[in-house]
Amino acid sequence: MAFRNEFFEKNAIFLLVGTLLTVAVGGIVEVVPVFTVETTVEKVQGMRPYSPLESRGRDIYVREGCYTCHSQQVRTLRDEVERYGHYSIAAESMYDHPFQWGSKRIGPDLARVGGKYSSDWQYAHLKNPQELVPESLMPRYAFLAETPLQTYDTVARMKTLRMVGVPYTDEQITSAESDLRTQSDPTADQTKLLARYPKAVTVPGNGTPTEMDALVAYLQMLGTLVNFADTNTERLRQ
Amino acid sequence: MPTKIEKDSVTGRETTGHEWDGLKELNTPLPKWWLYVFYLTIATSVLQFVLYPSFSYGPGYLHGVLGYTTRQEVDQDVAKIVAKRKADMDKIGTLSFAQIKADPKLLEVALVDGKQVFASNCQPCHGAGGGGNPGYPALAAGAWIWGGTLDAIQKTVTYGVRSDDPNARTSAMPAFGAGLLTQPQIQAVADYVWVTFYGNKADGRDVSEGAKVFNANCAVCHGVKGEGNKLMGAPRLASQVHLYGNTREAIMAQVMGPKMGVMPAWNTRLDPATIKAVTLYVHSLGGGE
Repeated sequence: MAFRNEFFEKNAIFLLVGTLLTVAVGGIVEVVPVFTVETTVEKVQGMRPYSPLESRGRDIYVREGCYTCHSQQVRTLRDEVERYGHYSIAAESMYDHPFQWGSKRIGPDLARVGGKYSSDWQYAHLKNPQELVPESLMPRYAFLAETPLQTYDTVARMKTLRMVGVPYTDEQITSAESDLRTQSDPTADQTKLLARYPKAVTVPGNGTPTEMDALVAYLQMLGTLVNFADTNTERLRQ
Repeated sequence: MPTKIEKDSVTGRETTGHEWDGLKELNTPLPKWWLYVFYLTIATSVLQFVLYPSFSYGPGYLHGVLGYTTRQEVDQDVAKIVAKRKADMDKIGTLSFAQIKADPKLLEVALVDGKQVFASNCQPCHGAGGGGNPGYPALAAGAWIWGGTLDAIQKTVTYGVRSDDPNARTSAMPAFGAGLLTQPQIQAVADYVWVTFYGNKADGRDVSEGAKVFNANCAVCHGVKGEGNKLMGAPRLASQVHLYGNTREAIMAQVMGPKMGVMPAWNTRLDPATIKAVTLYVHSLGGGE
């Protein structure tokens, strides 16, 4: 006798067990890889958590929905590698909660925009993109330069990030407020900041950053942490 | 509920045995071709599972029999195109600018490559075709601060201006508003520059006082005739194209607290041959010296 659907339709207990088995297989296939997600993160030199100012700049980036037009992932495609630089690796977004890979590419990819243009350019361009790039579709964000950065919760935000796995040290958390001021004050001594956060880019100002200052500090470090001259595809493989 | 499986008298097929208010449903099997295509997709998925990277577990993931990765593929794609360009790029990298210019075919390759590189890297600041933007020199108009010869452009592109590179070009204009000159002196020198070098009408203004201030403070870098000094990166003032605008207010602002632009060093992103190609392109835009 051929196997018929009727069998399950007539025996509720078999229907229940059958359903359970099917859903369980689907669940395992989706869940098991997540348990081993650490093994997909390449071991590279240079990655560090965001400095307090960069981290706040990243919050502004997310709040303004920059990801709806800009991706942060150089895909493994020849044209992208030639235009933007080395393809993005998982390790580069291991401290991102959530990551900003994105899928809409109305504007250029920003995964390696850090240092590509001067900070002056970033300010001028954010205030009025069409002044520098006439054919640009990007909206103006001049108001960010008028809005003081809300900083009272910097430490709380860092502690929260630590709870979800960003390895901020106690020292980094206790010095968060001074680091934030230092990074937005070029006259201040940057030694300690750079020891805690190598390659951090100081933005112009007097220690009381605007939202735009934070955003520029974030943009200017994107994709600069890993030195790809030291590595290659074979070594990145797990 | 299936009540009674029976044959439909019109089509001769079995019914499902379901009946709703006298309506019965035929139990028509799926078309054979559809069913076999469906089985084929299942078989293909198993094959792909075996051939390509598929499932991650404990210490790693199934690499697949072919050992394929997208990263290796892109490496190969890039290597292929680099090999294709190699002959030309090697020549551009090793020959002098004069030698490249003497070879029309090679020059064309360099200019086409340079144009691409310019569009994705330089254009956001210097504008399409090198038209310039406020604070970013108009390359096509020959508004050179550090020189418009091929060698000078190559150096500027390679090391940048006030960049992090130790060989970067760098210059600093003092902020004359911070106690070096008085406000009337600054106004006077701005009048002088605006009238004498920018070519505006004096309208009865006496610029002799401004001339004195200029010769005492500014001429050492910008030249007595406002001709500028490319060795020091002092912009030419006697010109129709000005970095921060043509107004008297722009001159005042620049004398009081000068803005000084930054250009990144491109040797971190572009290889030497590519820098030479983009140099040739920039030089060809109309302002080359």
